[in-house]
Amino acid sequence: MNETPKGWGEDPRVGNWLFRALIVVCVVLLLLTPLAHHEVHFAWEDWFGFFAAMGFVAYAFIVFAGKAVRKVLMRDEDYYDRDFDAGQDEP
Amino acid sequence: MMNWLPPGAILILGGLLLPLVPGRARAAAMFALPVLSFLHLLGLPAETLVQFTFFDYTLSPVRVDRLSFLFGVIFHLAAFLGVIYSLHVADRVQQTAALTYAGSAIAGAFAGDLITLFVFWEFTTVASVFLIWSRRTPQAFRAGMRYLIVQVGSGVLLLAGILLYLRGTGSLDFGHIGLESAGGLPILLAFGIKAAFPFLHNWLQDAYPEATVTGTVFLSAFTTKLAIYALARGFAGTEILIYIGAAMTVFPVFFAVIENDLRRVLAYSLNNQLGFMVCGIGIGTELALNGTVSHAFAHILYKALLFMSMGAILQQVGTVKASELGGLYKSMPWSTTFCIIGALSISAFPLFSGFVTKSMVMTAAGEGHYAITSIALLFASAGVLHHSGIRIPFHGFFGPDRGLKVREAPMNMLIAMGATAALCIGIGVFPGLLYNILPFPVDYHPYTAPHVITQAQLLFFALLAFAILKRMDLEPHDLPSVIVDFDWVYRKFLPRLWQATVPPLFTLAGRMWSFVDRWLGILLYGTAVDDDTRKPPRPWQTNTVFLMAVLALLIYLIIDYWRTAG
Repeated sequence: MNETPKGWGEDPRVGNWLFRALIVVCVVLLLLTPLAHHEVHFAWEDWFGFFAAMGFVAYAFIVFAGKAVRKVLMRDEDYYDRDFDAGQDEP
Repeated sequence: MMNWLPPGAILILGGLLLPLVPGRARAAAMFALPVLSFLHLLGLPAETLVQFTFFDYTLSPVRVDRLSFLFGVIFHLAAFLGVIYSLHVADRVQQTAALTYAGSAIAGAFAGDLITLFVFWEFTTVASVFLIWSRRTPQAFRAGMRYLIVQVGSGVLLLAGILLYLRGTGSLDFGHIGLESAGGLPILLAFGIKAAFPFLHNWLQDAYPEATVTGTVFLSAFTTKLAIYALARGFAGTEILIYIGAAMTVFPVFFAVIENDLRRVLAYSLNNQLGFMVCGIGIGTELALNGTVSHAFAHILYKALLFMSMGAILQQVGTVKASELGGLYKSMPWSTTFCIIGALSISAFPLFSGFVTKSMVMTAAGEGHYAITSIALLFASAGVLHHSGIRIPFHGFFGPDRGLKVREAPMNMLIAMGATAALCIGIGVFPGLLYNILPFPVDYHPYTAPHVITQAQLLFFALLAFAILKRMDLEPHDLPSVIVDFDWVYRKFLPRLWQATVPPLFTLAGRMWSFVDRWLGILLYGTAVDDDTRKPPRPWQTNTVFLMAVLALLIYLIIDYWRTAG
């Protein structure tokens, strides 16, 4: 398994560098908020950082909700196929 | 010239004749047919309407207007790119199926009357199922069967709706139908099945991931978008579609986030994108409809691109299960790059196609003051970033290296992916090219400071959430698994219910019959029928007859006694 050379994708330094760059981009985007004023349709669109918070919270919610959904809806890989493995309904 | 020939007919006829063409010439023919068909479409004058009378009815097999033309263009583009992607496939069944399928969808989009629409609606069903069966696995066969049943169901509903509509209005014209007209509901449901409305959607997630590598690329383009076209034509401004669409954007997100088969993740993502389009149709303003059809246009390209990149993995590795993949970016750098471009496009990053199309629907929702819908669409946009923007490229090509030794995809696949990626960027950078062919005049500018900044905030903070959760190891791990959806009802529950009730009922009925049979035998023959030989034993014995006669007389005497005594 160790034959393949380590690529940049596995290098933790690249990950750290990307993470820091991402934080910088996020901070800059927040600072640009005053430029984002436009004709709003809903009051919340004018709240400071609304879209940033929406993106962050929605993402985190989806991840945790997904884990909860998994508890209810996840089955073994052959869950559907095993009904047919006996062969009686095989084409 | 040949204005009477429906656009797409060249693909249908050419596709059907294709198996007769030998070897290399067949690949050349596959390449030439979409080009020829597209030239035929371009040769048709704008606002063409071909009509003829069939018995008492006026049929319009060719109607060219701005709406049908736009779908004609993108369907041809998808067919052409799909053909390049599948040039290495020599399977005649797939080749014929792909071209007749594409041709039927195109012809369906140019149908000016409902009967023509119905005919091509069914053609797409029949042609497309072979793209699933061509995988030639038992799973694909069964998924294809389920797909066929659902699609034919849509066709039957459509036909019933058309007949009711004809009786109610006396017209077969395919224009605005609306829920209030006769037959409106069955027609809406027929369109809704193919557009994967909630609870009518599972055929999509079930069948598309089971089709062949190249088949799924074709499937992703036509069936659902023909339904979107039909909804936009027949049900624009139908309010309930706003809420159906909003629900469609939200629910698939939770399944896409944990599904292990990456092509199934894309099928959920496809469902979620259709939600944006259905929502726009429900809002029904010019901006919303422009948003819907432009989003359909952009979506066909980036979704095809994403399916192409996952197809490349499936072909080179043999699986697209996230739990078995990792580190492929080293051996498949081009596929990785194209996949990332598709991911950026569907996530609607500025300068990519999704940014200039999806935002029209969202702006229209704002202008209509649909508050909950607007929030749902924003939420779903973060969801898109999760499952298609991050999960697909990250879990497909990055992640822990599992030592997979593979080669980059064949050149024709790379060319198809490259061309599609270029179109995704081209639309994002020069949206005017697409806006010019939209059905309504466009007064919309995607690249304003507020739009770019708010969208970037949404996406980059969602990315930040991903990075933080990833570093804390809270992202869902890839587990070999199946996620059950509503199809559980007809794939597990109903078959189980059947097995639990029907065979016992038959057994019970059988027991009751043998009970009756036995006593009939005793009455008729004086003794039970032999169960093994089924032969009546001996005929009536004289003493039995005598005994029966005495008994009958006795009963008669008793009854008579009671009658006279009373």
